[in-house]
Amino acid sequence: MLGFLIRRIIQAIIVMLAVALIAFMMFRFMGDPVSSMVPEHATEQERAEVRERLGLDQPLFVQYGRFVARAATGDFGLSWRNARPVSTLLAERFPATAELVLVAAALSLVVGIPLGIYTALRPNSFNAQMLQFLSLVGISLPTFVTGILLILVFSVWLGWLPSFGRGEVVDIGWWSTGFITASGLKALILPSIMLCLFQLTLIMRLVRAEMMEVLRTDYIKFARARGLRDRAINFRHALRNTLIPVITIFGLQLGGLIAFAIITETVFQWPGMGALFIQAVNFGDVPVMAAYLVLVSFIFVVINTSVDLLYASIDPRLRVDDAGPAGGGH
Amino acid sequence: MTLLKVENLTVEFPSRRGTLTAIEDVCLTVAPGEILGMVGESGAGKSMTGAAIIGLIEPPGRIARGQILLNGSRIDNLGREDMRRVRGRQIGAIFQDPLTSLNPVLTVGEQLIETIQTHLKLSRSAARERAIDWLRRVGIPAPEKRVDTYPHQYSGGMRQRVVIALALCAEPRLIIADEPTTALDVSVQAQIIALLRKLCKETGASVILVTHDMGVIAETADRVAVMYAGRVIEVGAVADVLRAPRHPYTAGLMASIPRIGEKPDILPQIDGAMPRLNARPEGCAFNPRCPKRMEVCARLRPDLVADAQGEVACHLFSKELAT
Repeated sequence: MLGFLIRRIIQAIIVMLAVALIAFMMFRFMGDPVSSMVPEHATEQERAEVRERLGLDQPLFVQYGRFVARAATGDFGLSWRNARPVSTLLAERFPATAELVLVAAALSLVVGIPLGIYTALRPNSFNAQMLQFLSLVGISLPTFVTGILLILVFSVWLGWLPSFGRGEVVDIGWWSTGFITASGLKALILPSIMLCLFQLTLIMRLVRAEMMEVLRTDYIKFARARGLRDRAINFRHALRNTLIPVITIFGLQLGGLIAFAIITETVFQWPGMGALFIQAVNFGDVPVMAAYLVLVSFIFVVINTSVDLLYASIDPRLRVDDAGPAGGGH
Repeated sequence: MTLLKVENLTVEFPSRRGTLTAIEDVCLTVAPGEILGMVGESGAGKSMTGAAIIGLIEPPGRIARGQILLNGSRIDNLGREDMRRVRGRQIGAIFQDPLTSLNPVLTVGEQLIETIQTHLKLSRSAARERAIDWLRRVGIPAPEKRVDTYPHQYSGGMRQRVVIALALCAEPRLIIADEPTTALDVSVQAQIIALLRKLCKETGASVILVTHDMGVIAETADRVAVMYAGRVIEVGAVADVLRAPRHPYTAGLMASIPRIGEKPDILPQIDGAMPRLNARPEGCAFNPRCPKRMEVCARLRPDLVADAQGEVACHLFSKELAT
């Protein structure tokens, strides 16, 4: 198990170094940074001074090494737009995105898994067929369309829920939360529905397909032949085997939620990291873009590594520290 | 006294292109403590008969005719919940592949305890004791330790022993063993069959042993039923059927078993193949392949008729035609 853990962590580090390289290259794509920092009439000597001060005269791999070393401590330099540290900007925006993603992820699991089980157990019922059809709509409709439709119905026509912003937030240390105010919670509803809809339908369809597959296996047949109760067969025997692949996909999709949050945050003017990123793109604010890229990748890698570790706790066959098929013969 | 009596059992699968009859007018009896062997080619209806008895025919299949009596009362028309109580407690089942019959994410003990507690009013610790005891009885070494391990930590033969323990742990009166050794190494097969026979003798359970291994039948079964194209065509004591088969199909089946010491250039076989479900011929289903075909065979389906030597469904032995 320890060897497995170390192997996974080394892999994660390699992935992060590659991502950092891409983020680092972004600075180059924007042209010579020095020319955007010095006055237009600066002399060659002044330019050289700036270049030397910023370390831009060093070989590329030295610059890259410095970038990685600084990034590892959370230092991404100053935003070109408002000259504040990028790490502060991200830290301010992080709670908004985190809360949105958390609620959306929870919703997609809490609703998606039971619906998937229901449609797998009663595949021919009217409700199940209806859900299958609706899920097809959910999976194929672009999220910004559903977001705008939600705003139209619940904010414009019914006037029940706010169409933008986070509502009232309360600061707990550096974390600003919308979980403990009524307006904060109300503001969360529409964006989290929009964000979770795709994952929810995906999880529902995945659970359904996996569960129907598992229900056809020999061990389920044998469990029935032993006269076990339906509840035990469906939930104890079938569900656990169903959830193994569901966890992988969910882990991957959790990263996707963070990425998709960009669109949701734009539609609902949600003050999160995604909105910050869009602003940064508009202004060509490379340090913010680079930092966002590295941070999101880091979250992806952490989630995927955790999912791999979580497997072992669900599927005993993956516990490498267990003894394999023990001796003793037949 | 019979434990199980199957009368004119017919299982049909409705499909868009008409109804397919998987087994037709199957009649069987099993006495308490008896081992009934069931042989036949793949698709003859052996497993389907077993599935019908235990009430696990996959939909849309259904029992169209006939009845199944266990200890004199019908079980083919029980409701879902009543039939569930019969399974495991009255009738146990063992399937072909021990590698896939056990749930990979639950320990062997969890699966045993769950089965025991479903059918018997026992506390968890008492059920655990019983689980360990059953593992010991099926010959698992160090059962106190092995009870908490997962199926993947057992070899194939050991897993089939666990499967047997699971099928027997609520002490059913009848075991349906569907090719219990087919997936195992030859060296292990004999051990598993011997174990099954020993345990059934101890508990007094009867066995329906479905197999196409004649050697297993010869060694293990008391009586044997031969199936062809969804029907039972011959039933009798093992020694009689094996030594003096009466139905031409059984005779062909016996003749096609290679004998040790002989090296024929061509292995003997029955020409042709068993008809498909939707293409069964009129009259006796075996008539197109039968070396002793008579005019009547293509016209009239022979019934299974009992006489002093057993039962056979063949016009060669029909009394009316003989006279």
